[in-house]
Amino acid sequence: MDMDDQRPLLEVRDLRTYFQVEGQTAKAVDGVSFDIRENEVFGLVGESGSGKSVTSLSILRLIPNPPGEIVGGSIHFRGTNLLDLSWDEMRKIRGNRISMIFQEPMTALNPVFTIGFQLVETIRLHTGCGKEEAREKAAEMLSLVGIPDARKRLDDYPHQFSGGMRQRAMIAMALSLQPNLLIADEPTTALDVTIQAQILDLMVGLQKETDGASMLLITHDLAVVAETCQRVAVMYGGKIQEISPVIPLFEEPLHPYTKGLLLSLPHPDRERRKRLPTIPGIVPSILHMPPGCKFAERCPDRWERCDREEPELREIQPGRFCRCHLHDEEGA
Amino acid sequence: METTMDTDKTLSKTLLEFQELKVHFPIHAGVFLRRVGEVKAVDGVSFALREGETLGLVGESGCGKTTTGKAIIRLVEPTGGKILFDSEKMGKVDLCPMTRSELRPIRSEIQMIFQDPYSSLNPRWSVGDIVAEPLKVHEPGMGHKEREERVAWLLEKVGLTGEQAHRYPHEFSGGQRQRVGIARALATRPRLVIADEPVSALDVSIQAQVINLMQDLQEEFGLTYLFIAHDLSVVEHISHRIAVMYLGNLMEIGPAEVLYRNPIHPYTKALISAVPLPDPRKTRPDRIQLQGEPPSPLNKPSGCAFRTRCPYAEPSCAEERPPLLDAGSDHQVACPIMMRE
Repeated sequence: MDMDDQRPLLEVRDLRTYFQVEGQTAKAVDGVSFDIRENEVFGLVGESGSGKSVTSLSILRLIPNPPGEIVGGSIHFRGTNLLDLSWDEMRKIRGNRISMIFQEPMTALNPVFTIGFQLVETIRLHTGCGKEEAREKAAEMLSLVGIPDARKRLDDYPHQFSGGMRQRAMIAMALSLQPNLLIADEPTTALDVTIQAQILDLMVGLQKETDGASMLLITHDLAVVAETCQRVAVMYGGKIQEISPVIPLFEEPLHPYTKGLLLSLPHPDRERRKRLPTIPGIVPSILHMPPGCKFAERCPDRWERCDREEPELREIQPGRFCRCHLHDEEGA
Repeated sequence: METTMDTDKTLSKTLLEFQELKVHFPIHAGVFLRRVGEVKAVDGVSFALREGETLGLVGESGCGKTTTGKAIIRLVEPTGGKILFDSEKMGKVDLCPMTRSELRPIRSEIQMIFQDPYSSLNPRWSVGDIVAEPLKVHEPGMGHKEREERVAWLLEKVGLTGEQAHRYPHEFSGGQRQRVGIARALATRPRLVIADEPVSALDVSIQAQVINLMQDLQEEFGLTYLFIAHDLSVVEHISHRIAVMYLGNLMEIGPAEVLYRNPIHPYTKALISAVPLPDPRKTRPDRIQLQGEPPSPLNKPSGCAFRTRCPYAEPSCAEERPPLLDAGSDHQVACPIMMRE
């Protein structure tokens, strides 16, 4: 392929995905821009309703319409704008080039077919190889994700697998097609901590081994981000508030929301049973977003301009972007 | 502002004590639904709750932590053992042999907060009715006016307003609903509150608010919490002591600080090392990767339940269930192998 190595794998620009709810427009994703580089684990963090999952579904064009619609922006994947593709062309991208792992592995697997059947079908559908060959590959993938006795377990049904094993099977399915981008939406949220540790290590290990593969990890858990991601985008109110490499984000967060989130986490190095610093108030309803900065009503550094005018996402330091008037030339 | 209250809880008296608590669920199968086996959800658990403390009960799904909590207020039927409760009204009583109606007077002293603030509140009732319900049951003599005032007072205590009594659950956010659940639990002036994953369904920015609220209320009303959760960072923060369960057995119990910094049981060590830290520079080279997954509670390993995944297991571990051994400083561990060293 005649590709420029410097060009990011995925470029999302000014993405807008709106939903029609009770006659009103809910701007679930409202002007989101970010890049995912080759060979990178990129984290998208936010609380419920921040728009992180809608962003990932928009990339795969899986937004249910109605009520949802991608109303603007572009999503360039290796130079092709996914939003220009036909449904059939998009199907070829999904699975082959971009795979997705969901939070709840039980609902993502079909309960009436064996794990092996589902894996073999997926592999055959996307690679066109023979039944035997596909079965061989399926067994190989299952043992790669750490399922013992993989060949035998191919004949099991999803209910015979535990939650952790189902998630492993999903990862096997997603990776069997050697995608360039793996989108993982809360992949470990439904799992116990010891299993979560196994799955995260597995995903990061496989991502490193697979040449050129990138991962978009969507999560609410900042600790998971700290352990797995190289760069992070923090979302709030349908917008990205901060993008940063992971270490400076945790050590010197730029946005007051990121700061507040990090401070409110219980941490073993913090004095026990001391009051946790909190972010006051609640996440505003997506139907009644304030006109200025989306975080203004909960922000400790709010000033009059924040209510009036929404700040731009600007590069404050090399590679670090923040949407906050505090970092304007005039200062706050 | 600071509400640290790490006073020496070891001196305070015991409020509730589990003695060899067992909760087994029968499994029926076949056409005649014959009893074919049982799940030993809680299999001989002994520990005590001290008045005024927060005891964190942790473990992975299926370890029996929720069942242990539910057994106290008879949401599940205990199979054996004792649950001794120091009741204000009835003195020291064993809750296990009592019938539900015998338990009723005591139920005002023990309340529960549930995980899911969406399904634990009746959507057809106003928030005022929800909080007033336990008062109607436990204080039937209370007049309408007094009850209304009490509800308003309770709502204010949990950071809501008295006017919100007329609203319905769907008008509240997850965090606010959890506050309503807390107000309902406090209505009867309980001494013991069983909190089953009270913050795990909440957003990060709301979790801290609810944790602080629970600590403030504990201080104000002298509450004792059995705080059941899988999130070790939250449990480590809020608890005075932590108890760790695995497959229906108690593995280790001790002061939060001691247990978190110097765990002794191999399972506790693995559990703590698996917790991701919000610090990208810590790479966790010391992470103990547990092999495989917990065995099914249907066929528990003999002896120590953890031995099939334990890196230190010896043949003797299969023989009998290891007893809780004293490790000093109020710390007990069910592992003779680690205690030997």
